[in-house]
Amino acid sequence: MFGSFIKKSRAKSPWIIHFDCGSCNGCDIEVLACLTPLYDVERFGVVNVGNPKHADVLLVTGTVNHRNKKVLKNIYDQMPEPKAVIAIGACGNTGGVFREAYNVVGGVDQVIPVDVYVPGCPAKPEAIIDGVVVGLGKFAQKVEEAD
Amino acid sequence: MIGKVIDVTVDNVVGEVMKMKNDGHRLVTFSTYQEGEDGLGILYHFDKELETTHLRMTVKRDAPIPSVSGVYFAALLVENEIRDQWDVKFDGLVLDFNRSLYLDPEVTQVPLVSNVKIEPKK
Amino acid sequence: MATTVIPFGPQHPVLPEPVHLTLKVEDEIVKEAIPALGYVHRGLEKLADIRDYHQMIQVCERVCGICSMIHAVCYSQAIEELMGVEVPKRAQVLRVIWSELHRTHSHLLWLGLFADAFGFESLFMQFWKIRERIMDINEATTGSRVIVSVNVIGGVRADLSPEQIRWILSEVDIVEKEVRALQDTIMNDYTVKARTVGVGVLSKENAYLLGAAGPTLRGSGVAQDMRMLGYGGYSEIDFEPVVETSGDCWARSTVRFRETLQSMDLVRQAIAKLPEGELAAKVKGNPPEGEVYTRVEQPRGECVYYIKGNGTKHLDRLRIRTPTFANIPPLLAMLPGCELADVPVIVLSIDPCISCTER
Ligand code: SF4
Repeated sequence: MFGSFIKKSRAKSPWIIHFDCGSCNGCDIEVLACLTPLYDVERFGVVNVGNPKHADVLLVTGTVNHRNKKVLKNIYDQMPEPKAVIAIGACGNTGGVFREAYNVVGGVDQVIPVDVYVPGCPAKPEAIIDGVVVGLGKFAQKVEEAD
Repeated sequence: MIGKVIDVTVDNVVGEVMKMKNDGHRLVTFSTYQEGEDGLGILYHFDKELETTHLRMTVKRDAPIPSVSGVYFAALLVENEIRDQWDVKFDGLVLDFNRSLYLDPEVTQVPLVSNVKIEPKK
Repeated sequence: MATTVIPFGPQHPVLPEPVHLTLKVEDEIVKEAIPALGYVHRGLEKLADIRDYHQMIQVCERVCGICSMIHAVCYSQAIEELMGVEVPKRAQVLRVIWSELHRTHSHLLWLGLFADAFGFESLFMQFWKIRERIMDINEATTGSRVIVSVNVIGGVRADLSPEQIRWILSEVDIVEKEVRALQDTIMNDYTVKARTVGVGVLSKENAYLLGAAGPTLRGSGVAQDMRMLGYGGYSEIDFEPVVETSGDCWARSTVRFRETLQSMDLVRQAIAKLPEGELAAKVKGNPPEGEVYTRVEQPRGECVYYIKGNGTKHLDRLRIRTPTFANIPPLLAMLPGCELADVPVIVLSIDPCISCTER
């Protein structure tokens, strides 16, 4: 009984963690803007946390480079199963304007599996919220499949 | 280029920078550029009451460059950056990251040298 | 007393960006701080090899999303100086308007994050709520909220219509009123003062010697602001730098707070002096051989571009020195002797922008 309660609440109120992995801050501040009064994703039950061990959904902005790919992998591994990953912005999807630079590996999917890609440079808060909602659908499905 | 440019050499750069410091100049930063096949040009930018002064030095990349981080502590970051970007050595750097300020060991190329080109991706 | 080593970052709840500090602490007192950078290094100076000098504007804007407009201004000024392009007066003043709007949104953003660093979450929400008005202006006038992309070499690509100007002026008045309503809290509130007054003190001599820039320098009592150079449209405008003398976190936050109000005033001045005319000069050919060195004032301080052209459409060298890069040595000087719990507040007080620093 208790198990099904947890299952239900996880999908209803997902906790997100945001990791900036070499973004130019454009997407970053848009992710933060989602949490503030005008966009306020908390009304959907989304809570921002600072500890990957508490999180269900990982939001990643920016390109992966040779140094932060280990950090990204580490954060992903610390999150409990099931989990969803949302890559935000042109950088997170493919490397964006920086894709040819010497220290850039590419999009987030070079290192960890990505569930949702949010386009834009920077992605608008509306698009990010949209991405989170789509991500939640996938997350709920994973929770279902988990047992 | 705005501001006075003074040419210096490897031998007197530390003394000249010391002089700038005693004159009350603020170290803004260094800029580097490729000079010939294996040379490196370094510009030391200074500012005093919005007036700019530059010191220009040309060196060979394989010989160590005297560090001015003993004079201006703030030079340490930019000298480490130049070390990363051009694979040069600084003599007497107060905190040497040994080419790991920005780059990880996986990156073996020397980024800014002009014979290394980056390719457009498909 | 035994020394403990505490890692701070790269992923930390108060830091919006990854940076790592190795803190050596004895008891609760920080003895030494060693930075580790490189988590955001992309190497975009090298992109000048494959992007031509027009396309590099888009890259320079993405050095840092928060001050993107002013990066683009600095870069275009450098290229214009190199090629001898005369920028129309209207374009120069328009650049001032967008630059100051950018400064306002950056300072409001920082004031919010700063409040969040000492756990004052409702103040964070207030500042970010006000900031949305500026973002709306950006979106309505340029089509994009953060990276406005209005600069082109030789001028700007968007114009302000009389209705838009009227609307901007009314919005600016509202923003000013709302910001003033928070003045008492951020400057005089008991809890805010307890966390900021006397914390992370940087003396005037040290600030100057360590090459601090922007509000970090002005918070320590040095009146230096690149806008005093009167570059671009700033030559038309009355400007006095904002200075505080106590050199602690409180002084730095007060400088930024007062600059926010000042920026609103500069926007009004610029709008009042907006001349009629062309938006952009025609630019032909490639940047010739030569060097330029330009400086502008960003929200975080003085930003320096050094450009070396070689007569082709690709630049020989693009070098960017951003304000946070200059503010890291002062930060390392502020940390020893502080309490471990104050580290987040002190780190945020220089307004770190790591993606600028590492490019
Ligand atoms: S997608 Fe664009 S705005 Fe977002 S981090 Fe990348 S460059 Fe910056």
